[in-house]
Amino acid sequence: MKTTKREKQGQNQYLKKEIWKHRELYLMLLPGAIYLLINNYLPIGGLVLAFKQYNYAKGILGSEWCGLDNFKFLFSTKDAALIIRNTLGYNMVFIIAGTILAIVVAIILNELRSALSKKIYQVLILIPYLVSMVVVSYIVFAFLSADNGFLNNSVLSEKINWYMSPQYWPYILVFVSVWKSFGYNSIIYYATVIGIDTSLYEAAVVDGANRWQRIWHVTLPGLRATIITLTLLAIGRVMYSDFGLFYQVPMNSGLLYDVTTTIDVYVYKGLMVLNDVGRSAAAGFFQSVCGFILVLTANLVVTKIDKDNALF
Amino acid sequence: MNIVQHDKLQQTLMHIFMIILVLCCVLPFLLMVMASVTDEETLIRNGYSFFPEKFSLDTYAYLWKSASTIGRGYVMTIAVTVIGTFCNLVITLLFAYPLSRKDLPFRNAISFFLFFTMLFNGGLVPTYMMYANTFHIKDTIWALIVPGLMMNAFYVIMMRTFFSTSIPDSLIEAAKLDGARELKVLTKVVIPLSKPMIVTQVLMVGLGYWNDWMNGMYYVSDQKLFTIQMILNNMINNIQFLSKNAALFGADVAAIKTPTVGIRMAIAVLAVLPILIIYPFLQKYFVKGIVIGGVKG
Repeated sequence: MKTTKREKQGQNQYLKKEIWKHRELYLMLLPGAIYLLINNYLPIGGLVLAFKQYNYAKGILGSEWCGLDNFKFLFSTKDAALIIRNTLGYNMVFIIAGTILAIVVAIILNELRSALSKKIYQVLILIPYLVSMVVVSYIVFAFLSADNGFLNNSVLSEKINWYMSPQYWPYILVFVSVWKSFGYNSIIYYATVIGIDTSLYEAAVVDGANRWQRIWHVTLPGLRATIITLTLLAIGRVMYSDFGLFYQVPMNSGLLYDVTTTIDVYVYKGLMVLNDVGRSAAAGFFQSVCGFILVLTANLVVTKIDKDNALF
Repeated sequence: MNIVQHDKLQQTLMHIFMIILVLCCVLPFLLMVMASVTDEETLIRNGYSFFPEKFSLDTYAYLWKSASTIGRGYVMTIAVTVIGTFCNLVITLLFAYPLSRKDLPFRNAISFFLFFTMLFNGGLVPTYMMYANTFHIKDTIWALIVPGLMMNAFYVIMMRTFFSTSIPDSLIEAAKLDGARELKVLTKVVIPLSKPMIVTQVLMVGLGYWNDWMNGMYYVSDQKLFTIQMILNNMINNIQFLSKNAALFGADVAAIKTPTVGIRMAIAVLAVLPILIIYPFLQKYFVKGIVIGGVKG
């Protein structure tokens, strides 16, 4: 159907009227819109820095273009492979270990009969989630400090200089990460388990299913959608790492760099410590773009599997 | 073994598993507290321990005396948390309410504008450059409040979903027929009906501000503006310094020259204490925030 000029004008007029009618609502959106523009959209424009030779005096806009030099420089060093390996590798292990533990805890919480114990366990497993990574790094230090640490003084017969022994850190970091986040994930899974239709359990009991069979045939299938969604959301974020975990918890110890430098740590050090803005910006650009592609892909997969749980 | 015994055994095993897990969560904090009330010499001789030979409250007495640093840090932390959380809440409510109105023109475009910030971002380098060099935010209290934390698309979407699913359109229309303006509808109709959701949001955002140290690390070097988390963060650098020297001079030097082995832990205790005191009472709101936020944005 063709719209005549007259109709179009009418539509425009109608729209204008509608917008004017809702002017108060638009005004309310203003503070948030300004904040998003400044905090989120302006820095996206700043990503061009990855293709520039940064000059402090000239600023981002005034600095000279240098094409892909920053990327060539970044990928010519062994740093690039190292930080990508660390970021992806740790995240993969975190996702697998964290998900398994969280599901086990959620199922146990559901199977336990004592309501009081359930409540107490739920309260206590969330405590690590509530404290900052800086505090966590102090706690880790209390255990691992070479001179004053609990492990070296009270448990081990031979002192280990933890902060200088890279071979232990992959395990320590996985432990700390899972320790801090499993409570959070358990709570999400537990909420899903509670939501499973109880008549399914009753039917299983009538059919003579024991506990394992109930878990296997009712609880786990009930958790399926949540597991897939949370895992895919996590996969969408595998290019990002918790800066505090990889920088503060190992006390930024130089001997551990090979096993603790992730993209975020690398970008921070390049920017703030080494003053190597070019490489830092290139690594950050790489992270933003890969992260974007991954999150879109992950969501596409969620949509295919289970439309209700898609992010958008 | 009959079924009842078998079931009892399973229950016991599950309790044992959970108790081990819970101890893993709680004992590290106990070690921190114990270390903070251990006599300094005992600490240097025996290290951090769950069962100190000799107790001492010297660390806290020392902190009390140096109240100018710690007290100031506390005041800063509270100020940043209160101002930041308040700003965040106001911005979030003002943004979520119009988005929840089905009759708002361009509603989808605005939602996308909001949502896109969750998918793509400029990362640290441009963000830092912009705040530090364009807005000159360094060494001001705004550096601790504005970057990153003042609005979160996630919470806005959470709030919008709550408004559009839990508040009947008819109530809003009725208020408007009575001549109420939009701001009045929001404050007199919508907000009173959303209290549990607002409490949840305040707690999650407040926790974020209380625990934040990264903004401070990026933008603040003026010690007067240090929050508790930043004081802790700054002390880590001292530990790093010591451990690096220890490598040069042999490990024992650091042990003797470290004067504040216990105080570190005492400050860490002070940083988590308010959270651990408040948390058990408000646990259900935290859980709600996690459950709503975790799966459905």
